[in-house]
Amino acid sequence: MTDIVTPNIMIDAKGIVKSFNIGSENELEILHGIDICVKKGEFVSIVGTSGSGKSTLMNIIGLLDKPTGGSYLLDGVDVCKAGDTELSHIRNRKIGFVFQTYNLIARTSALKNVELPMLYGGVRARERKERAMELLELVEMKERMNHTPDELSGGQKQRVAIARALVNRPSIILADEPTGALDSATGRKIMDIFHKLHEEQGITIVFITHSPELAQETERILTLKDGRIVDERMGIRYAS
Amino acid sequence: MLLENVKLALTGLLANKMRTFLTMLGIIIGIASVIAIMTVGDAMNKSVMGQMGDMGVNNISAYVMQKMTEDFDYSEDAYIREMKDKDYFSEDMINDLSEHFSDRIEGIALKKSAGEIKAEDGKKYANITLEGVNAAALKQSKIKLIAGRSFSQNEQQEARKVIIVSDRYVNNMLQGDAKAALGKAVEVVIDNKYYDYTIVGVYEYSESSVGGMSAGKNQKDIRTSAYLPLQTALIQMRDKQLYDEMEVVAKTGADQGALALDIQQYLNNKYYKDNDTYEAYAYSMKEEIKSMESMLNTQTYAFAAIGAISLLVGGIGVMNIMIVSITERTREIGTRKALGATNGYIRLQFITEAVVVCFIGGILGVIVGQIFGIMASKMMGYSGSASIGGIIFCVLFSMAFGVFFGYYPANKAAKLNPIEALRYE
Repeated sequence: MTDIVTPNIMIDAKGIVKSFNIGSENELEILHGIDICVKKGEFVSIVGTSGSGKSTLMNIIGLLDKPTGGSYLLDGVDVCKAGDTELSHIRNRKIGFVFQTYNLIARTSALKNVELPMLYGGVRARERKERAMELLELVEMKERMNHTPDELSGGQKQRVAIARALVNRPSIILADEPTGALDSATGRKIMDIFHKLHEEQGITIVFITHSPELAQETERILTLKDGRIVDERMGIRYAS
Repeated sequence: MLLENVKLALTGLLANKMRTFLTMLGIIIGIASVIAIMTVGDAMNKSVMGQMGDMGVNNISAYVMQKMTEDFDYSEDAYIREMKDKDYFSEDMINDLSEHFSDRIEGIALKKSAGEIKAEDGKKYANITLEGVNAAALKQSKIKLIAGRSFSQNEQQEARKVIIVSDRYVNNMLQGDAKAALGKAVEVVIDNKYYDYTIVGVYEYSESSVGGMSAGKNQKDIRTSAYLPLQTALIQMRDKQLYDEMEVVAKTGADQGALALDIQQYLNNKYYKDNDTYEAYAYSMKEEIKSMESMLNTQTYAFAAIGAISLLVGGIGVMNIMIVSITERTREIGTRKALGATNGYIRLQFITEAVVVCFIGGILGVIVGQIFGIMASKMMGYSGSASIGGIIFCVLFSMAFGVFFGYYPANKAAKLNPIEALRYE
């Protein structure tokens, strides 16, 4: 499964089709053959209104769902043929999720939350703790590492979630409306963290949003409408 | 990984203390009832076996019984001929029997009740159950002499007026110590006649040496047994040397079941062949104890099985709450899957949670069950405890229950679609 095509391509998806209720009367095609290519170290945003199919596309990119048709190479690996368990392992190693609603595990300290992907990756306890603390320091949350999610503000929760997404050194960060539930000032700070990660560490980020303003901050903007990519342009921040 | 899971389970369980406790309660009650029943069963077993042991496990009891022929009329008003002299075991028969089986039997214990009498001394009185015993029977009664001696052969043969009383009698009637009581007279009234018996021995009183359970607790109401030589009792009662019951004491090492059968056959062939109504019947106490023991064990297991039903109900409770818990934590499951948890890991996490509930419930159940079992045993006058093996089995069993009842919900969780789980509100 190491059929490396182009070494500097992270996501190489061609002709992605996703249909629901296949074979029944109300069969519904959400994605009509999408081609998407993301280079290593790129900061790409996918913009679209609700119902445009961006969530479905994100689920496919994030290996939470399988496309009905098309091909998808993630970091050179064909992931369309992988089974459930293998997909779990790939998600664990290669993808870092950041959700709009943070999705931290309740009643579990920030530190333990960040350790979780490493636990599933079979990392030893001591290394887990060291690395989790390192990343919490990166997002300036080390002082609150023993707090549980209900003791943290939205912005703080999202920082912990970012630390968690980064902890296994993934190939890409998949951020689904990461600022959607935050006020603009806090959202700004979160965006700054993404920029820092992108610029200083060269991390590949796929950023899903319905906000055109935030999308302008990224290198490349893909606009999705009715299951098709209808527009592709450079972000203002990088155009100049 | 497993340790992390246990920690995780404990955190989850502590977050919902009331719910966890109520869920556990089912397991606690189930395990506790099984353990309590086992404890009481063990106590009863020990007590019954102890009592039967007192009766002498080397004994073979022989009785005169009605013949159970095939055309036997079981209805109540059926005419049954009363026992005549020829139906009883006679002195000759007993002597013949002990000679015939001399290589296999130690002796034949014979008893004759001489009734209950009242010994009076001023305001004090004592109820005494008088029992005539031969040498073998005295030995069988297992009384412990603390002063004096048992009856001599002469006293037995010549029907001397001698008596062995309990220290309880001595304490209450003579205020003296046991040694001082030796040689003193016990005056009893039988059929309006006074008889004086000379005390030759004093034995240590114990509850079980009184025939029944009705030993008077009232200090003034003294009820003890006293022993007379067999011949004395016979003369006293103007009785013939006839017995409807005897205890054959087997030599150690003799096969008692076989001996009982041989004795029964010998007596029936020689003495009861032509008897129209009665025959001899003999059984071995040891065999009886064996079957009694297995009966008691069966009973305990049967009750324990009933207890296990409540455990089953508890297990269903665990399953129910696991399903609720998984539904509540659907998003968490989705998140875990997104972070790379495999189906197997999710399954393990929830099975661990169910097992932890059942394990803690099992431990608490064992403790509660022991307390109740011991209390109940004490109230019934026994003492017992559930076996260590039983306790370990119960705890392991409850953990197995956790796996069994946790599997379905855990599997349900493992098979959740991550997208739908993440979208779940």
